[in-house]
Amino acid sequence: MQDLSGAFAEAFRLLLDLDADLMEIVGLSLRVSLTAVVAAALIALPLGAALAVTRFPGRGAVLVTLNALMGLPPVVVGLVVYLALSRAGPLGPLGLLYTPEAMILAQMLLVIPIVAAVTRQTVEDLRAEYDEQLRVFGVGPMGMVATLLWEGRFSLLTALLAGFGRAVAEVGAVIIVGGNINHVTRVMTTAIALETSKGNLALALGLGIILLLIAVAVNAAVMTVRRTPRHAVLA
Amino acid sequence: MIRRVLFTPALVALALSTILTLPAFAAERFITVQSTTSTQNSGLFDAILLQFTAATGIAVRVIAVGTGQALKNARNGDGDVLLVHAKPAEEKFVADGFGMKRFDVMYNDFVIVGPAADPAGISGGRDAPKALTTIASKKALFASRGDDSGTHKKELGLWKAAGVDPTGASGTWYRETGSGMGATLNAAVGMAAYTLSDRATWIAYANKGDFEIHVEGDKQLFNQYGVILVNPAKHPHVKAADGQAFIDWLIGPAGQDAIAAYTVGGQQLFYPNAGGE
Repeated sequence: MQDLSGAFAEAFRLLLDLDADLMEIVGLSLRVSLTAVVAAALIALPLGAALAVTRFPGRGAVLVTLNALMGLPPVVVGLVVYLALSRAGPLGPLGLLYTPEAMILAQMLLVIPIVAAVTRQTVEDLRAEYDEQLRVFGVGPMGMVATLLWEGRFSLLTALLAGFGRAVAEVGAVIIVGGNINHVTRVMTTAIALETSKGNLALALGLGIILLLIAVAVNAAVMTVRRTPRHAVLA
Repeated sequence: MIRRVLFTPALVALALSTILTLPAFAAERFITVQSTTSTQNSGLFDAILLQFTAATGIAVRVIAVGTGQALKNARNGDGDVLLVHAKPAEEKFVADGFGMKRFDVMYNDFVIVGPAADPAGISGGRDAPKALTTIASKKALFASRGDDSGTHKKELGLWKAAGVDPTGASGTWYRETGSGMGATLNAAVGMAAYTLSDRATWIAYANKGDFEIHVEGDKQLFNQYGVILVNPAKHPHVKAADGQAFIDWLIGPAGQDAIAAYTVGGQQLFYPNAGGE
């Protein structure tokens, strides 16, 4: 109980101090996870939409696999990325292991299935809804994907936020491929793991509270964007 | 209309990724050291590495994992220098051609810690295997690292010396956490179990509860740390010159003095002993 109340005091103290080390860790967390989500979105949004509007043999199996991959354990992704980027691995010569780029890659792999699966469902539902209008206007497949993605943008934004939540909260992957190197690859979650193992439970939980505040801030920022006037596309 | 629809998210994405990648990391001169959780959790690296960097301009990036994982990572070439504490495994690493010469750096010792109530009645003993035999016979809770770390290897050696095979009791009184030293101490404190810890991590550990040292001073609890340069013949990208500079500093007067000067709460955590074999 002492640690619980101590955690809030620690969080408050860290925020008041604007400790340079903490700012660096928060900055890296945001940079890694936001970049991972943006990169994942560039792949997952078109992929999910394409899966929604196309029909091909084995599609059911692909969808089941995609949905199952949403539960991919971060530590497994971390291990696979480690084996790929290790000097003894196929991408070893790139020298990317223990860099923020390796962490971005791992988190991207974690986020892609989430965004792609939700995009697929969202676009498929919208397609059923707008089927007649799309046909009347004679919209081609590319146009259809673009239109449906735009129409589903609020749901898709939520999918991106879910992806961001997954990325910024995971520790299993980044601690393996990043190595939790002070001033280089230490992010919020790995710092929390480290402080916990040092027995500094109040400080660790204080960092956890700050991580939560960051997530609230990011979600609030996105909510503000949502409030901007919406343009009717299919007027 | 559709064109705009397509390009808005793409533009946002492009802008975002540009902003996010702008503060690129300075291309600094650094080496990567594969090491153990005890050296990091005890705060030693934070205390001494800056002195090396100030003297040479070489930054040190530490990957703190169990000794088993550190050896494996170094075998894969994912590090320039190895600083761990499991001499037989280190000697095998060198013998297998993955490392250059091994140097002693420093030592401390292991201690058996447990709840103040001391349910097995081992307090004050100096014979570690005997204490473990007592723990086993009373089926008192014991938390093992269970992670192939240097401490875990030491613990298994002590069980062997005690003539007890605790792995059959795994899940009952013998509990393998599969985690680092700090996490295992957290678990031990949480379930009032005995555990084996290196003294440095124990002293620096901040969540002791009512735990105290019960057994110490046995010669078999000696804990030697060694340093090895990863063999550049195996992994050509290894920064041999800078890595060797780090090793020379560590086993030279400046590094040895820095190690001796590091204390927590007035207690010295590591004792330099480079120059032995």
